[in-house]
This record gives sequence, C-alpha cells and structure tokens, in this order.
Amino acid sequence: MAAVLLERIGLALVTMVIIAVVVFFALDLMPGDACSVTLGRGASDSMLAACHARLGLDQPPLWRFITWAGDFLRGDLGISMQRERPIAEIVGWRLRNTLILAGVTSVIGIPLALGLGVLAGLNPEGPLDMAISGVAIFAMTVPEFISGTLMILVFSVILGWAAGVVTIGYKAPAFELVKASILPAATLIFILAAHILRMVRASVVEVMQSDFVQMARLKGASRRRVIWHHVVPNALLPAISIIGLTMAWLLGGVVIVESVFNFPGLGRLAVDAVADQDLPLVQAIALLFGLIYVLTNLGADLVALILNPRLRTRRQ
Amino acid sequence: MRGARPLAVPQVLHDVLAQRSGRIGFVIVCLHLSVAVAAPMIAPQDPAHQDAAAMLQSPSLAHWFGTDRLGRDVFSRTLLGGREAMLIATLATVIAMAWGSALGILAALIGGRTDAIVMRFVDAMMSIPWILMVMLFVAALGSSSVALVPVLGFSYGLSVVYLARAATLDFVTRDFVVAAQIRGHSRWSIAATELLPNVQDSLAVQGAMQWSWILLAVSSLSFLGMGVAPPTPDWGQMIADARGIMQRAPWALIWPMLALSSLVIGMNLAVDAWARATGVERNRRVPGA
Repeated sequence: MAAVLLERIGLALVTMVIIAVVVFFALDLMPGDACSVTLGRGASDSMLAACHARLGLDQPPLWRFITWAGDFLRGDLGISMQRERPIAEIVGWRLRNTLILAGVTSVIGIPLALGLGVLAGLNPEGPLDMAISGVAIFAMTVPEFISGTLMILVFSVILGWAAGVVTIGYKAPAFELVKASILPAATLIFILAAHILRMVRASVVEVMQSDFVQMARLKGASRRRVIWHHVVPNALLPAISIIGLTMAWLLGGVVIVESVFNFPGLGRLAVDAVADQDLPLVQAIALLFGLIYVLTNLGADLVALILNPRLRTRRQ
Repeated sequence: MRGARPLAVPQVLHDVLAQRSGRIGFVIVCLHLSVAVAAPMIAPQDPAHQDAAAMLQSPSLAHWFGTDRLGRDVFSRTLLGGREAMLIATLATVIAMAWGSALGILAALIGGRTDAIVMRFVDAMMSIPWILMVMLFVAALGSSSVALVPVLGFSYGLSVVYLARAATLDFVTRDFVVAAQIRGHSRWSIAATELLPNVQDSLAVQGAMQWSWILLAVSSLSFLGMGVAPPTPDWGQMIADARGIMQRAPWALIWPMLALSSLVIGMNLAVDAWARATGVERNRRVPGA
C-alpha cells in the first residue's frame, strides 16, 4: 500500500516538473519574448535591453527557469506585462471564481451523471436508455460554445429564467458568484455528465452480465438488493478514474464556457491574456491549470486505492 | 512481408453504407464537402460585402437566411464558413497522424526505458488542457491560420501517440516481428513493414475522428477570436458575432450553429459505423485531448 502510494505521488511530482519545463521552454524556443511582443516591432535595441534587464531575461535560460519555478512555488507568479501588477494578485480572485464554478458543476453534475448512467445501464436499449444516451451523445458531439449559446437562447432569451451573461465583477462575494454560475454550470454539467454517464452505463451493462450478478439472481435476491449491493458498487469503481480524467476536460471547457457567459474566472482571464499577448500571465495560468489537473487525478487515484483493495498491490 | 497496404476504400464504403446511421452520416459529410468545394461558385453574394441599408433583415428572397448586424448575407457566409476550418483541420490531422503514429509505434517497439520516458512526456503534455497549450503558442506567435496548423498538429498528435502505442503493443511480441528482428531488420523497417499494416485500420478510424475534433478546436478558437480572422467567413466567428443580437436576428446565429453541428454529428455517425464494421475499438473523445 505505502509503496503504491509513494509511487503515485512520485509520478505526480515528475509530471508537474515536466509540465513546468514544457510551459517555460515552449515559449522560450519561440521567436520573440515577453519584451519584444509587448513593445512591438518599433522597439529600439536599448528599450529591449532595458526591458530584458528589468525582467531578468538577460540571464541564461536554465537560471531563469529555476528562479521562475522557485518563485512560483513560493506563490510569486511574476509580473503581468500588460497589467503591470503581480500575477498572483490578478489570478487569485479568478481562481476562486473558477473553483466556485467547477465546484457547483461537480457537486450537481457527478451525482446526476452516476444516477442517470445506472438508470440507462439497467435497461440497455430501453426507451429511457435511448433518451438518456441520445442526449448524452449530442452533448459530447456538439462543441461547448454551441451548447452554451443554446443554453442562453433557451433559458434566457426564450424562457427568461436566468440572465444570459454574467455582469458581476471578479471580486463579488461568493454567494453571488454561485448564483451567477447557474447557466455556465448547467452547460458544463450537460457535457461533463454526458461523458461520465456513458462510462457508468457501459460498466453497469457489463456488471449486469457478470457471473456474480447471475449468481445473486439465482439465489433469489430481490432486484433492489441485486442492484444496490451487487451492481452499483462494482459499476461505480471504474467511474472514479473517469471522473479524474473528465476534470481535465472540465478545466479546458471552463476556458470556453467562461468566455461564452462572460464569467469572471481564470479561463476568461486566459483568453484576455492571449488577446493582450501577455506572455507571463498566459504561462502562469497554463502552469496553474496543469498543476490542478495533476492534483485532481492524484486525488481520484487515491480515492480509487482506498475503495478498491485490488489496486493496492504493485503490478509487475 | 509487405508494406502498408492501401486502405480498401470500396470495402470500407460498403461496410459504412450497410448501416443506417452510417448512411445518414456519410450523406451529411458528403453534402458538407461538396458545399465546401462548390461554395465560391454557388454563393449568391460576396460574404464580406457590408450593406448598411440591409442590416439585421429577416430571411427574404434576396437574402435566404437574412442578414447579420453589418448587413452581410448570412446564406453566403454559411456556405463559405466551413472552408478555412476544414482546410486547417485537414492539414493539422496529417501532421498529428504522421508524428503521433511514428512515435507511438516506435515507443511500443523499442519498449523499456525509452518507452517509459516518451509516455511520461506525453502524459505530462496531455495534463495541460489542449486549449491552454494552443493559447500558449498563439500568444507567442500571434493568431493566424498558418500558425494554427503546426500547433494543432502537435497538440492533437499526443493522443495519437497513445493510441498507436496501445495498438502496436498487441503485435510487438508476435512471431513475425521477432522473426524480422532476428533477420536483422532495422527498427524503422520493422515499424513500416511489419507493424504499420496491422495497426493502420485503427489509425485510419482515429484519423477521421481527429479531423472532426480539430475542426471543433479551430471553430472554438475562431469563436474566441484566435482562429480564422475576418474577413474570411467562419462558423465559429459568425456565432460569436451574432450572439449579442440573438434576440433581434436569431437567423444569423442559428444557421452557422446548424452547419457546424450537423457536420460534426454526421462525421461521428459515419466514423462510428466504420469503427463497428472494422471491429476497431474507437475511442470516444478522450477528455482533455
């Protein structure tokens, strides 16, 4: 158990280091740096040199990487080129807002997906399954920005139930953000739940045909007992790792969905930063997203380890 | 010992068309492709022509799909709006499939530490959501269709590495591969003549899927203002543009949404039918890929 645990944590750390290297050097290898991009073509050599000295870009790349990564670990994310403010200050609030949005999405979306997946899987090819799976396939196929725009069209413009576009600022109190995240979260849930429920459905169908479920039936266990004691626990285990993977999608989806709804989170900040060509800010956000992803996956792995003893021995 | 055989196109077509969903998907995709090719000839008006006297008009005989907020003809723009994205998707798919399959097959063949290192890198790269990866490059290179091709080709190739490696692993320990190794063939030659023919069906199905994912990526980027730039019409860009006026001119929004959705759904139906026919396990859109 301890060996497996250490291995998982070690792998997560290695992955984080690789992400940091990639995020840093991907831009380092590109033509142009933060200074030349911000100052534009007309910048004179002396202006560039002054900017390089100010940002420490005249140092050797390896040294710059070490200071950048070290500062990051201490919570200093560097200085934004366009906004002339520390990135940590800009990013902090938006990170909170995005976490609120992701939290609302997961708290409602994951149980909903598990429930619908089990329902669909218990009667495969039945009318309920056809309806649930049909909607799920639509949700998985159509891009996020179209689902989001459709949500606004239906729930805001036609039905008038909720405001289509978020107008509150990024420093608004948390409960107001929860209220503002209804439609963006609904869009994310629509897609997230589709991915998870398809997996759960498949694994319920598989477990229903397994020997131990047949056995339980032959023993005369009631349908309810078979479902709750035999099918559901076994079918939900594989779902845990899928939930971890789906978080990666959620992080990417957040970028688009936040832009559709004007939600003041990290994703929309990333879009704005790209539009402003604010390289240090884009880098910091990409690294942050990568770290959140690794931690989420590690969490899902650990939960799976706790729930499933069979994973605790080392595979050779 | 034979090289990569050409895909049996008539057979594939027959298998896809034998299924109802495959037929529907195939017809939709063909329709889209012919419209994309013929659009410059059949579009009734200049898609970039702005007419201040005809802003936000509802559909009429002069403008079948109405006009947008700048008085441009929505019908012509919808016909032309998929071309650039499809072109970028096609080129990027070629790049993604080429480097992804080569690296995946070689990693599986060489195995050991090389394989472990390659896969760790691929894993790490895939932990950054594709859109942020692309945005990282767009921020540095500026947004242009030309820059998008290698960037998307690179980031979408990562999941191809996974698939090609997994498909190849089933074969690397087989007798015919071992025999080739004993005969002293080079790794490249084993990869090309022994392994590629065995995994090319899965790769072809994956390639078709990649195409539709990359198309969605280009449209999403255009929606965010980082993809196809005006005056070239593009569905994603049209949707972004018409969002603010959806109450007054829903037609400017609905048609590009319908066009993009139908193409992607058609592609999915056709590829699903193809995957079923060849018995290839087609992976669903991998989250995060």
